[in-house]
Amino acid sequence: MTARVLIRPKQGILDPQGQAVERALPALGFEGVTNVRVGRLIELEVDDPARVPEMCERLLANPLVEDYEVLITETADSST
Amino acid sequence: MSTLAAHRELGLTDAEYEGIVDRLGREPNGLELAVFSLMWSEHCAYKHSKKLLRRLPTEGPHVVMGPGENAGAVDVGDGLVAAFKVESHNHPSAVEPFQGAATGVGGILRDVFAIGARPIAILDSLRFGELDSPRSRYLFDWSVQGIGHYGNSIGVATVGGEVAFEPSYEQNCLVNAMCVGLARRDRLIRSAASGPGNPLVLMGARTGRDGIGGASVLASAELGEEDASKRPTVQIGDPFEEKRLLECCLELLDRDSLVALQDLGAAGLSSSASEMASKGEVGLDIDVSTVPLREDDMEPFEIMISESQERMLCVVEPERLQELLEVCERWEVRATQIGEVTDSGRLRILDGDESVGDMPVTALVDDCPLYDLEPEEPAQPIYPDPPVRIAADADAAETLMAVLGAPTVASKRFVFEQYDSMVGSRTVRRPQSADAAVLQLAPDGGHGALAVSIDGNGRRVACDPYTGAVEAVLECALNLACVGAEPLGLTNCLNFGNPEKPHIAWQLTRAVEGLRDACLALGVPVVGGNVSLYNEGGGGPIYPTPIVGMVGRLPDPERVPVSGFTQEGHAIALVGPFAPSLAGSELDKLRGHMSDGLPEVTLERHAEALGALRAAVRTGELVTAHDVSEGGLATALAESCIEGGLGARVDLAPLRETLGHSDRLTALFGEGPGGAVVAGPREVVSALPGAILMGEVGGTSLLIEGDLELEVAALDERFEGAIPAAFA
Amino acid sequence: MRFGVLRFPGSCDEVDALGACRRYADAELIWHGDLDLGGVDAVVVPGGFSYGDYLRAGAIARFSPAMEAVADFAVSGGPVLGICNGFQVLCEAGLLPGALLPNTSLRFVCRQVDVEVVNADTPFTRACTEGQALSIPVKHTTGRYWAPPETLEELEAGGQVILRYAPGQNPNGSVRDIAGVANAQKNVMGLMPHPEHAVDPLTGSADGGTLFASLVAHVDELVATA
Repeated sequence: MTARVLIRPKQGILDPQGQAVERALPALGFEGVTNVRVGRLIELEVDDPARVPEMCERLLANPLVEDYEVLITETADSST
Repeated sequence: MSTLAAHRELGLTDAEYEGIVDRLGREPNGLELAVFSLMWSEHCAYKHSKKLLRRLPTEGPHVVMGPGENAGAVDVGDGLVAAFKVESHNHPSAVEPFQGAATGVGGILRDVFAIGARPIAILDSLRFGELDSPRSRYLFDWSVQGIGHYGNSIGVATVGGEVAFEPSYEQNCLVNAMCVGLARRDRLIRSAASGPGNPLVLMGARTGRDGIGGASVLASAELGEEDASKRPTVQIGDPFEEKRLLECCLELLDRDSLVALQDLGAAGLSSSASEMASKGEVGLDIDVSTVPLREDDMEPFEIMISESQERMLCVVEPERLQELLEVCERWEVRATQIGEVTDSGRLRILDGDESVGDMPVTALVDDCPLYDLEPEEPAQPIYPDPPVRIAADADAAETLMAVLGAPTVASKRFVFEQYDSMVGSRTVRRPQSADAAVLQLAPDGGHGALAVSIDGNGRRVACDPYTGAVEAVLECALNLACVGAEPLGLTNCLNFGNPEKPHIAWQLTRAVEGLRDACLALGVPVVGGNVSLYNEGGGGPIYPTPIVGMVGRLPDPERVPVSGFTQEGHAIALVGPFAPSLAGSELDKLRGHMSDGLPEVTLERHAEALGALRAAVRTGELVTAHDVSEGGLATALAESCIEGGLGARVDLAPLRETLGHSDRLTALFGEGPGGAVVAGPREVVSALPGAILMGEVGGTSLLIEGDLELEVAALDERFEGAIPAAFA
Repeated sequence: MRFGVLRFPGSCDEVDALGACRRYADAELIWHGDLDLGGVDAVVVPGGFSYGDYLRAGAIARFSPAMEAVADFAVSGGPVLGICNGFQVLCEAGLLPGALLPNTSLRFVCRQVDVEVVNADTPFTRACTEGQALSIPVKHTTGRYWAPPETLEELEAGGQVILRYAPGQNPNGSVRDIAGVANAQKNVMGLMPHPEHAVDPLTGSADGGTLFASLVAHVDELVATA
């Protein structure tokens, strides 16, 4: 199984990267963009997807300041 | 694959290809052709510059290792040597500034620890187009972040450098990085492989497709419109990998476990293996199937020329192999035996049992044809006048504010605050606080301190290649004298355009002659360096930019002056054979003028004056010493006021009298080598030989009699604010 | 009195910290893989980029065997000082409250700053006086201290805010200008400034030495009363 973990700063925590992107987009002609949050994506091949949230709590994310979201897909779909 | 037409694609001439066939006694296969094309590229073989570089003096009483090894080294006493080298990463930085600059730092660090020295300092010399160009801001911003990322993460202090902005670097920025390392003299190691049967071990990162074709395609061809499509071949730096590799190699050297050590740089395994074999006059067999890969479908030729970063190659005796592997494991460094030393004199490439390449080492390393340059002085100036940036009737105060706000002159705090300048606990003088970086040797069991400076002024070299190059050496030496250091050796990076063009060949030839004469006059040997040619992207050649890095030693770091004024009432004087001229000055540039020629320099007078200043500084009685550089004397005085937060009242009449002319702007903003502003107790300053007393420290403004009076706070705001304002 | 200074892969300031400690007492390096702290009297978790700061600063180092030993040492009351990356490691390990986030400038910043001693009644600051300004450099990219509002109230009320950046000198956007905090028991402290780079006027300042001197006085007193 492939797990994708999306990690982003919690709402209410200052996200200077998101703000920098938000400021940069209008300069390139992309108007009407708000609430930009910059996080990170972690992809893992796992035997037991049920354990991914625990991995997030312990290592992959810092639950004090970050939210995470786990997406599980069948690995077979992505293999060639 | 048919190789007959491929050789041109890979940058080899028909004659060079014939030479390869001659030496092999047959047509090369694809792998061999790829290896030859890199080994015989300008980047690896220096085929257009080698003959010229032989003119530089390389011997001196302190030299321990000269050109030819991974880095040069000079004796600094107490059984210690300082190893150092400057290298360019211009083209990779123009394509992807963050990774280009970062891997430039990574590469120069490896050069230094490859000879067994612990890197202790990084300095950078950077050139970009003017800051009102978005592209230049982008290249500048991300190059600086890349340098910081690598140097900060690996824990080596970035202690100095310089940045200049000129239109000629708009398409072709320059990123030159210098590293200084320290080693016990008895721990230095060379790169010569020896002992047939000894294992060849590859340490560090796995090999991927990074920078394939980089050495020939990226570094030896002019950049064109298709830069973006070259992005995939840019190398990615991993300072964490290199940090472990560095500590691991130094521990192996402490244990005396290695026979030879070499870093992997341009042209990857091909170049490193051939260099090691050539220096040791042996052969090497490499089995590419044993090389740990990041992508498993790589071709043998890709493995041989990959420029994946953070890799080192070493030779070890068979009975020490296990110990080596254990040390590597402790540092979490991958280490794999990939071949062995032979007595064949050939570089043989195997893929398991199959031979996929077999080349004489001498053909690869020594037989690349060397070309004579065909220099020809251009009939008329080749660089356009820069844009006018100052009103023709600007008064002295307006002019000083304009010069202080010119990004090349303005404070580089924006840059150096992004660098860790203190890790290692050696940094006695941080950036901007003195003219040269000062690094105490006490943490390493030595006495005194090293002083390091890096300098070059491409615009002045463009005005006059010979004198401009002389001045680069003089300025470094003056920076060192201002902290009381005696120069021990220098390294240089020659950044030029296409040497196959006669006027570029002329610039290069004249500049090397200038470097040679200045080195001879000051008694400073060249212990290593690098050449970056073909710097001609889009808008024509860059200004010819020889960058000089100089390392010196001083006996007592407690006595090092600062560049700022420190105390009300201190007398201020000018020392040195300073003969200011507006030719090639910042003011000349602001006025939109490019001069043809610079005033001649009498080297003997400079050598003498540098010795006198050094001696005066070493007494510990001079409190302030700051060289007169870009922007002239008024700028130097303003900088000393800003740095110290104190005003000064000076009169330049005695200087104008000494110069024998009355032009006020030339005295204020004229440039030329050899001048330094010094300050200290009156009896000390007035006793200096040849000192021209100008005035004293005090008040809250800089008053230059009859010319200008400006509040230090206003000077500070302009000086410190100019570069941040460009990003606002 | 003996300090132990941890060394992780990617530590950069461990030798500087070792040198600073040795100005005041004995000190030795402790390898990250060691489960045993070798009987040291105080632990310094140094600055640098442990594990390359990959994933999050300090996130991987906190799981090293030596950090397990440090957690036990801290629970039993042993003094632990985390500097910069060490502060990040201690927060990740839950030995200190809060978290360190990227600087608001998003840039690395290396600068001499003044920090004010808020609480001089701790093992780390007892050689200081309350309100004293210490000139100590910072150098980091991830130094913006953050904690939930209720935690901040607890920290303030409990005297756990030990150091604050002087007005106008906050280099990273830390909440309430916080530069250094301690746990409730005051035996674990973390700070972003680098006191080990402020132990000699020749290299800029000696003000950071007071933290090491404080720890030595603390340990000596424990030994004397034991």
